[in-house]
Amino acid sequence: MNTEELFDIEMRLLLHGVNQVYGYDFTDYSEASIKRRISQWLASSKFSNLSDAQSVVLRDRQVFESLLRGITVNVSEMFRDPAFFKALREQVVPHLKTYPFVKIWHAGCASGEEAYSLAILLEEEGLKGRFRMYATDINNEVLQSAQEGIYALKDMQRYTKNYQSAGGKGSFSDYYTARYDHALMLPSLREQIVFASHNLAVDADFGEMHLILCRNVLIYFKPTLKERVLRLFDTCLLSGGFLCLGLKETLDGRRIAAGYSEIAPRMRIYRKSYAKE
Amino acid sequence: MPRNRRFEAIVAGVSSGGVEALKVLLRGLPRQFPLPVLIVAHISPEADNGLALLLDDLSAIRVKEADELEAVEAGTVYIAPPNYHLQVERDATLSLSVDAPVRFARPSVDVLFDSAASAFGPALIGVVMTGAGADGSAGLKRIKESGGVAVVQDPDDAEVDSMPRSAIDAVTPDYVVPLAQLAPLLLKLAEV
Repeated sequence: MNTEELFDIEMRLLLHGVNQVYGYDFTDYSEASIKRRISQWLASSKFSNLSDAQSVVLRDRQVFESLLRGITVNVSEMFRDPAFFKALREQVVPHLKTYPFVKIWHAGCASGEEAYSLAILLEEEGLKGRFRMYATDINNEVLQSAQEGIYALKDMQRYTKNYQSAGGKGSFSDYYTARYDHALMLPSLREQIVFASHNLAVDADFGEMHLILCRNVLIYFKPTLKERVLRLFDTCLLSGGFLCLGLKETLDGRRIAAGYSEIAPRMRIYRKSYAKE
Repeated sequence: MPRNRRFEAIVAGVSSGGVEALKVLLRGLPRQFPLPVLIVAHISPEADNGLALLLDDLSAIRVKEADELEAVEAGTVYIAPPNYHLQVERDATLSLSVDAPVRFARPSVDVLFDSAASAFGPALIGVVMTGAGADGSAGLKRIKESGGVAVVQDPDDAEVDSMPRSAIDAVTPDYVVPLAQLAPLLLKLAEV
């Protein structure tokens, strides 16, 4: 029995315990990703192995919360994949403008970079005051930082480049205030964003949406959970609404695919058809 | 995959000088190569899937950019997409991740090697080729610890020698070969 085999056994026991005690079920997550994240969490913790960690995690909610952060933290950037945001601006926004009021669900928003990107884009396209964005994540701590809208100043150069490549119409520096080594996003960008906790694996939908973004979240899920989440999105998207996935995520071969068409080549922007089921 | 084969997969990592090195390696593999080959090459996050297409045009063996949930198949080379980590799951399907870069790299060779060591154990061949930095060393160590085979491109033969040198410092490789000998060696091992 080598250390790795032991680690695998301990990890299964721990995740089983976490599900029993706290009701978080990670059995449908990609094992390779979760294993890497738990290893990193363990390395940064005071525990020498997962068995030691388990007795504390199952008794001390705070330690569990730190493990949960380790397991669920997602990484994002402003205007990630500029070509996608450009396609969104040019091919989706004109349709959104035809509605008096637009509802958007940004699922798995992590620390909020894409939510602010989208808010900037919609403002530049004249939709300010005419939309509400529900930005959700399973991880309460990242929601907190998303709400604050404070990012590392050193990343702003890259974000500015992304913004420009995404067809930005102004100057990116107008959207944040630099403080020491941080950038604070304009609070007005947040006015139409509701940050809320939501677990895609178990929670219900948010009612009717014109646009759903869920980029680079489904890649962490096994096929059964992917299908569940896509069905959830399908349930709350209005006919003619748009679903945006990450560039390496696709509806090909998924059950809901028949009701959708991809409107921008390779950008993973899908439109729900008006056809009756 | 017949059960009597010693190996089930090959993983390889390259960085600087990698495109030219991959051309040489993949040109040497036949269309009917009996194993899947998973590759991480450090390329710009802004790159499109041009590398996989280019290599596919140049080689007899099928080359494609890795897609999520894909089951790996013999005779196919999978290239990690730009700006994603490539992993292989225990059921031999591919998974992708946008987790933070590891040693400033995404895709990271170590991430691929780690996951492949878990998935294939002793039935894995890991190859570290030309490149700057030390990505792949920790992963190759994991492959060895899991009973797999470690192959390193001869640093004196590599366009950039630090990735191979660092790998040789981290593990005792089973084979150190110049680039030209890499494909023949993999062919020989794959036939076992």
